[in-house]
Amino acid sequence: MQRFIINKKNHIMILSAVLISSAFLSKWTAQNMEIFVWFMAAASVLGVLPIAIQAYQALRVKVVSIELLVTIAVAGAFAIKNFEESAIVTFLFLFGAYLEQRTLNKTRSAIKELVEMAPESALKLMDNGEFEEVDIEEVDAGDILLVKTGAKIPVDGTVLSGEGYVNEAGITGESLPVSKQKDSKVYAGTILENGTIQIMAERVGEDTTFGRIIELVEEAQDSKSEVERFIDKFSKYYTPAVLVLSAIVLFLSRNIELAITILVLGCPGALVIGVPVSNVAGIGNGARYGVLLKGSEVINDFSRVDTMVFDKTGTLTIGNPKVADMEFYTENPDEISGYLASVEKESDHPLAKAVLEYIGDTRLYTVEKTDVVKGSGIIALVNGHRIAVGNKALMERENVNLDEKVRTDIARFQQKGNSIVLTAVDGKIEMLMGIRDRIRPGVKEDLKKLKELGVKNLTVLSGDNQGTVDLVARELDLTEAHGHMLPEDKAAYIKELQEKGRIVAFVGDGVNDSPSIALAQIGIAMGGGTDVAIETSDVVLMNSDFSRLPHALGLAKATARNMRQNIIIAVGVVLVLLAGVFLSEWMNMSIGMLVHEASILAVILNGMRLLRYSLKT
Amino acid sequence: MQKATIQLEPLVCPSCIQKIEGAVKSLDGVDKESVNISFNSSKVKLNFNDEKISIQDIENAIGKIGYKVIKSQSKAI
Repeated sequence: MQRFIINKKNHIMILSAVLISSAFLSKWTAQNMEIFVWFMAAASVLGVLPIAIQAYQALRVKVVSIELLVTIAVAGAFAIKNFEESAIVTFLFLFGAYLEQRTLNKTRSAIKELVEMAPESALKLMDNGEFEEVDIEEVDAGDILLVKTGAKIPVDGTVLSGEGYVNEAGITGESLPVSKQKDSKVYAGTILENGTIQIMAERVGEDTTFGRIIELVEEAQDSKSEVERFIDKFSKYYTPAVLVLSAIVLFLSRNIELAITILVLGCPGALVIGVPVSNVAGIGNGARYGVLLKGSEVINDFSRVDTMVFDKTGTLTIGNPKVADMEFYTENPDEISGYLASVEKESDHPLAKAVLEYIGDTRLYTVEKTDVVKGSGIIALVNGHRIAVGNKALMERENVNLDEKVRTDIARFQQKGNSIVLTAVDGKIEMLMGIRDRIRPGVKEDLKKLKELGVKNLTVLSGDNQGTVDLVARELDLTEAHGHMLPEDKAAYIKELQEKGRIVAFVGDGVNDSPSIALAQIGIAMGGGTDVAIETSDVVLMNSDFSRLPHALGLAKATARNMRQNIIIAVGVVLVLLAGVFLSEWMNMSIGMLVHEASILAVILNGMRLLRYSLKT
Repeated sequence: MQKATIQLEPLVCPSCIQKIEGAVKSLDGVDKESVNISFNSSKVKLNFNDEKISIQDIENAIGKIGYKVIKSQSKAI
């Protein structure tokens, strides 16, 4: 019976609206006060039923709820035969709850879209050798699954056979389909656009990357800031306090009307719901734009950031160095290139990779003996020659003479932001290469937007030489640039900034910068949607897309602002209502309930604006 | 011990959380410390001792105070 009434809440609300309007109709057209009173009384009794049931259920688990306040108020109105007020108050309360549910569902819609992308079933290889459709919960790691064209990949796993193209936009943000064949990794929640593949399940359900993202978004939406925890605690005592206050007023003034008005006005609706609503809408917007803000604490900190510190390689630059300039000091470039390539083949240094990529196919020689000089280069014996490949320091160590021409070339290369690779054969300089990393396209505009959003200091830190770092800083118009920095130096630098009272966000690659990411108030990892990046950062940019950073910051600011607005609306309404009770004539229960419900809707609608937030360009 | 995640119909009022919290915490066999109810995702997460109480009992307790359970899952920890 109880459940039946609760489930029919919306029908009751409509019926109560019909009764109330009929009552008014008979009053105005037929001047029939008797019908008016009967209808209003019926609407009150009907309307208070679901409210009273909820109040009772709450009371049974020792919670004084808003419903209890309303139920007592309605009973009080009944006692003084004010049926009009009791009917209108119950109707407004039900109608308000209905609207709240509708609008709240809207604010949560962004997350729902994400959750609905989760796979629900899979074609699993059964013991009889056939594939059968099973619920996703019956799939375990180690199962073999079949995925057909157009289907969602149900788990994280490895392709066993077949090939196809997969749309991974949901996980990595990459909009172009990615080709998959045997041994490729596939991710749950992505879509096989064409082809048929068989995969081995490795991680299922909540353990998949997709599952982790959903869980993090959900946790983020429900994570609470200091303010919210305070409001929660406050509202726990606030509702009983209102009950006590109204009892005191009744006792002192013997005025039931006043006492029940206080009960209705005291409902703490907008205050408790205002901040969570902003939070959920802001994080929902982010999820749509490939930005994951981990909770309201993060939003608050991020919105106040005044200093952003960037790692250079892989963050501001593409992280894939290429040979950009070259000089030969030899008659026989092919032979030298061959020697160089042979030596570099022995190394896994990123610069060596760039050199090999540049030289391409060439004649290779047998390398007899290699000696790696840390931080300088390699010395090797090739074809009976002593080959030295490395920087200036290595050449000086090897007593290689650098003549005037070579020195000016080196200076010129460095000025362009190159790292230097010199090749010497038997103590004579033969070749000079300048290798540099390219700045990510669009980074300059993104940094400008960050500045416009109020970030005062943009700093780059790097392990590279100061010249290279300065060059990047100049090109990108950064405020500060520091080279020769090891990961621990970067962390120390961030600490120093924080001691000066700055609020720092650090943007790095998420692997060797993890101390800095952990230390900064806001850590942002650019790790290509990997687990490490997702776990360690406070703000996750899907697919490491740098261009989402301005949106992330703008959104954090808008969300924080929205929360403050909602708190102001909520507190303001309570103050106005209380002042109304004591200072004015017009305040009564119905108006109180109307304003109260209106303020709840106002904060929800205000929160919903965040769903449409996008950065002005 | 079992770890349960119970998906409820969308929660509307933050005070619902207090109610549900009160209801599940009063059940014998539910680890009170582990109870976590999220408002926005409308989920109840908790650990319980499956020798003392079943997931069905927990769902019933939530249903009894007026909240519909959409689905639940539990796994051993």
